[in-house]
Amino acid sequence: MELNAHIPAGPLAEKWDRHRFEMKLVNPANKRRHSIIVVGSGLAGGAAAATLGELGYNVSCFCFQDSPRRAHSIAAQGGINAAKNYQNDGDSIWRLFYDTIKGGDFRSREANVYRLAQISVNIIDQCVAQGVPFAREYGGLLANRSFGGAQVSRTFYARGQTGQQLLLGCYQALERQVAAGTVRMHPRTEMLDLVVVDGVARGIVTRDLVSGRIESHVADAVILGTGGYANVFYLSTNAKGSNVTATYRAYKRGAAFANPCFTQIHPTCIPVAGDYQSKLTLMSESLRNDGRVWVPKAKGDRRPPHEIPESERDYYLERKYPSFGNLSPRDIASRAAKEVCDEGRGVGPGGLGVYLDFSDSIERLGEQKVRERYGNLFQMYQRITDDNPYRTPMRIFPAVHYTMGGLWVDYNLMTTIPGLYVVGEANFSDHGANRLGASALMQGLADGYFIVPATIGDYLATAKLERLGPDHPAFRSAETEVTDKAKRLLDLRGPRTVDSFHRELGKLMWENCGMARSAAGLRANLQLIPELRQEFWRKVNVPGHGEELNQALEKAGRVADFLEFAELLCLDALHREESCGGHFRVEHQTPDGEAMRHDDQFCYVAAWEYQGADRPPVLHQEALVFENVHLSTRSYK
Amino acid sequence: MTPVAMNLTLHVWRQASGGSAGTFVRYEATGVSPDMSFLEMLDVVNEGLIQQGGQPIAFDHDCREGICGSCGMMINGVAHGPAQGTATCQLHMRSFRDGDTIYVEPWRARAFPIVKDLVVDRSALDRIIAAGGFVGVSTGSAPDGNAILIPKADADLAMDAAQCIGCGACVAACPNASAMLFTAAKAGHLGMLPQGQPERMRRTLGMVEQMDAEGFGGCTWHGECQKACPKEISIDWIARLHRDYIGASIARREDAAVDLSI
Amino acid sequence: MRKIQAFWRSTVGKKVVMGVTGLIMIGYLILHMLGNLQAFEGAEKINGYAALLHGPLRGVVWGVRALLLASLVLHVIAAAQLTLLDRAARPAGYARKVAQAATPASRTLRVGGVILLAFIVYHLLHFTTGQVHPDFVAGDVYHNLISGLGRPLVAGFYLISMAAIGLHLYHGAWSSLRSLGLSQPKPDPLYRPVAAVVAVVLWLGFSIIPVAILLGWIR
Ligand SMILES: Cc1cc2nc3c(=O)[nH]c(=O)nc-3n(C[C@H](O)[C@H](O)[C@H](O)COP(=O)(O)OP(=O)(O)OC[C@H]3O[C@@H](n4cnc5c(N)ncnc54)[C@H](O)[C@@H]3O)c2cc1C
Ligand code: HEM
Ligand code: HEM
Ligand code: SF4
Ligand code: F3S
Ligand code: FES
Repeated sequence: MELNAHIPAGPLAEKWDRHRFEMKLVNPANKRRHSIIVVGSGLAGGAAAATLGELGYNVSCFCFQDSPRRAHSIAAQGGINAAKNYQNDGDSIWRLFYDTIKGGDFRSREANVYRLAQISVNIIDQCVAQGVPFAREYGGLLANRSFGGAQVSRTFYARGQTGQQLLLGCYQALERQVAAGTVRMHPRTEMLDLVVVDGVARGIVTRDLVSGRIESHVADAVILGTGGYANVFYLSTNAKGSNVTATYRAYKRGAAFANPCFTQIHPTCIPVAGDYQSKLTLMSESLRNDGRVWVPKAKGDRRPPHEIPESERDYYLERKYPSFGNLSPRDIASRAAKEVCDEGRGVGPGGLGVYLDFSDSIERLGEQKVRERYGNLFQMYQRITDDNPYRTPMRIFPAVHYTMGGLWVDYNLMTTIPGLYVVGEANFSDHGANRLGASALMQGLADGYFIVPATIGDYLATAKLERLGPDHPAFRSAETEVTDKAKRLLDLRGPRTVDSFHRELGKLMWENCGMARSAAGLRANLQLIPELRQEFWRKVNVPGHGEELNQALEKAGRVADFLEFAELLCLDALHREESCGGHFRVEHQTPDGEAMRHDDQFCYVAAWEYQGADRPPVLHQEALVFENVHLSTRSYK
Repeated sequence: MTPVAMNLTLHVWRQASGGSAGTFVRYEATGVSPDMSFLEMLDVVNEGLIQQGGQPIAFDHDCREGICGSCGMMINGVAHGPAQGTATCQLHMRSFRDGDTIYVEPWRARAFPIVKDLVVDRSALDRIIAAGGFVGVSTGSAPDGNAILIPKADADLAMDAAQCIGCGACVAACPNASAMLFTAAKAGHLGMLPQGQPERMRRTLGMVEQMDAEGFGGCTWHGECQKACPKEISIDWIARLHRDYIGASIARREDAAVDLSI
Repeated sequence: MRKIQAFWRSTVGKKVVMGVTGLIMIGYLILHMLGNLQAFEGAEKINGYAALLHGPLRGVVWGVRALLLASLVLHVIAAAQLTLLDRAARPAGYARKVAQAATPASRTLRVGGVILLAFIVYHLLHFTTGQVHPDFVAGDVYHNLISGLGRPLVAGFYLISMAAIGLHLYHGAWSSLRSLGLSQPKPDPLYRPVAAVVAVVLWLGFSIIPVAILLGWIR
């Protein structure tokens, strides 16, 4: 397998325009004859499906929720970036590009990131036109806020529900196409395999989650917008259904998986309350604009926060990173929180928490203004923890939140399997080793609205595809595999529940592959995970049968994939002998505990190729060349 | 800080599939922590059921943050349970007392057929959106975001309505199983904004007629929906929808019924 | 025509019709109540009023009657159709359902409506055409009232019906305005209190007559 990123020639700023001109177009009359499968109805998948429908393609869109509107994108809170420079505070496409490259710790592609920054501008226009009710100034202009890792105000938001509003705009565009008959929506349908015929992606095999029917769907191209794999850690801020199945299946069918170890831990989440905990809740990063993070200076200081005098508080982010302070990037803020807790200065039960204190800004702005900005977040916090953040500081702790890694794609967002495209969080493309706040929504919509609809035409216009139906042997055998797997799971009837395995896997991943990773811990995991997987396949209990709505079976399938994928993740983490972005190897840090990159050895994308169940995957390297920004050590001091 | 565990008696509606008959089944939930969410409590019950070789209770859920609108059940006769402005996944067990008996039922409406246990089919709501709940702007054709000025007050009001999570609790709570609050919230959100004006009339007609076609009831102004709504959306939006519907019906072209599908 | 059909076919359209017809009937009731209260000023006054209505103002009265009849018919048909639709919208009810906002008034609209229908029919045969009246004297409204409402049973039925009207309007006088789309600006303006006052005034204003007759204030 050779990795060719197909980055267009020419100066950075002209690559995308030039490429768009050079790509072949599909004759409008023929578009209807081209069928495209889009798996996922989140910002990335939904935007792609809607736009391709508008262009006249024959689109089928799939999601496992009961409605496309419920995709996990709905949960995004803080906002979406765009280089509009409406605030005239020195923002520009170039600055957004630079911030993203630097924020990603120099592990992403210049050309992709620059294109992302260029398109960010059109995204806002598109969403406003759809009627997304972004926050406004009194004068009627769009409002902005600043967000982690940036010194300019370029983040657009809709209260604390930005993702919801963007997704609803996208979902409405999608439903418009459903009504127009260009898109056929398949909710409550899970993709369980990718079908490759003569080396190109030709369709998928799905399970109808209500009837349990296993079905084949044929198409000229397949787009995956299936989101991230953070739930490999069991506890994460992702929705319960978020999974790696779709992308992992594609990996097993020959698509390279890039940088799986680049996972992001978000600094501001509500701490774990008990072992029944089913997920973690994010408190939007935007809170760090007005909240100050601190812990007591003294170890094991158990006094309630208001009794701890100013002089005995350690505002450690402001102390360590004066220029970014509470707004320093996620990986840095998370690690700093871990450090203070490791020092025994953490607060709350188990000492796993730090304070996020709003008293200063409530004094400065008044409670009303603060309520306007964060009302619903404060409400959510109070609902979950039963304390009132207007009175006592919030308690927060880092939690797994986002996965930068994903299927490897070239500049056209095509994987190593021709005809298979990946958009949104599911691909590895633009965030390198760490994603800046408010950039995932931007990337998902850039991929879905603007990039893939353009690049897929070039493929369809040139590809020579034979007509084939769902009875083709490749589809039939994929169906049998899927059916057999389900049957095996249902026949086991062991003593342990699926969740118990998922929890155990999550613990292993959090302990040995979480915020701080060591060779020893990772080796241990590479030992323990296969053992856990074997136990799963002997001892799991999946009740019910296959021809019905069977949520236990759905979970079991997803956990089975996590149990394989986790190994790949740890393997990648072990191989990357450096610390960069969200990937922190304890062996590679500066004396004062900052991450230490090794650009001489690791300035590449690690793309893993599946070799079969019994053979380790093969590593392919895509060298990253930086012609426009020069590699520097990230400093937020 | 260490909360005392509670013991509860649940009566949960179990129904194998849409076709089959359903009934209440009694379960004892023991050692429930007040800090658990209602769904986490059900998770624990399900773990127990599976271990005893039983069938876990099926219920829709995903984000567990009160935003995706997947979850929703009748809890002791109240949609989404006792806490105001709270979706089931955000309802915490501290809203209950030790020894309580809790009845759990699915949303009930002709337009929401039961799929299994507490899971219902809410696709009717998607079809209402498809019938006009959008701004007809294709990708790429948008002017600059700041080309349209929108007074903060209008944007905020639109946002109030736009918050609807499509959970269907309004339908479940309404004595008439009416989807007016859902429909009015979406039509109202777009109707508040300049971008929504060109299609305002046809949107109103299309959505209302689809709503009726799906077999939801009418609005008698009971106000149950507003109380059940996790986003506390006001029934003022329903009045606004009535107003728009009157206007649209007067302005409607005689042949309009034909091309209202989109 | 299609326009009107489509409007009438929709639940919203029907509600608007109910609102309008309801308001028309409320308007009539206010006048009617004022008319009735003249009974306190003696036979001449109210009989004179009746004579005026049946004499010089016949034309107007017929107009009003037509309008009322039309309103009532539309109102009742819409009510019946909506009731059926709403019932059909929830074939299987809840084992437990606790009202959070619905009031006794909002939940008794339908029963109340049926009582009202019965009352109106009886009432017309009673005081307008006289079939069910023991000794009906055309033109002598005062006499008809005293002799008609002197019987406790009849008066009782009237009082029950007046309670029904009060309850019906306690919700209806408010909700009809909303059905017509009046609800802005927030916070909710005076509709609620005004509606409540209308309902209470009509209830008392009507009920006082049978009460007064029973207690012999008027004789
Ligand atoms: C709590 C939270 C807050 C966030 N806040 C922000 C923020 O403020 N700003 C920001 O930029 N980013 C934020 N993010 C990140 C951002 O929301 C996500 O990265 C982004 O929405 C991912 O969108 P997506 O379309 O790629 O995938 P998703 O939205 O996750 O959609 C995945 C879709 O794929 C479908 N799917 C998945 N697997 C299958 C399968 N096997 N078969 C069929 N369908 C399948 C699902 O049904 C779903 O429709 C946040 C994330 C979280 C968890
Ligand atoms: C005569 C028989 C009557 C019947 C069967 C009847 C029935 C009803 C019903 C069922 C409703 C609720 C409609 C719904 O929201 O589903 C209603 C509403 C109403 N009724 Fe009546 N009613 C009758 C008489 C009256 C009278 C005499 C008046 C006035 C004097 C009246 C005034 C109203 C008003 C104002 C409403 C509110 C309409 C709305 O919310 O839009 N009704 N009626
Ligand atoms: C105690 C209460 C009431 C009393 C004493 C009363 C009395 C009367 C009398 C005396 C008449 C005959 C007038 C005439 O023919 O000159 C009349 C007519 C009428 N009343 Fe009432 N009424 C009462 C309540 C109501 C109510 C609640 C309604 C409606 C719901 C109503 C509707 C009518 C109508 C429609 C007529 C016929 C008017 C006409 O002839 O055009 N009345 N009433
Ligand atoms: S209006 Fe409220 S209750 Fe109804 S669907 Fe929307 S959020 Fe749910
Ligand atoms: S409860 Fe039902 S009756 Fe109307 S006000 Fe709400 S829809
Ligand atoms: S699970 Fe998403 S709203 Fe409750």
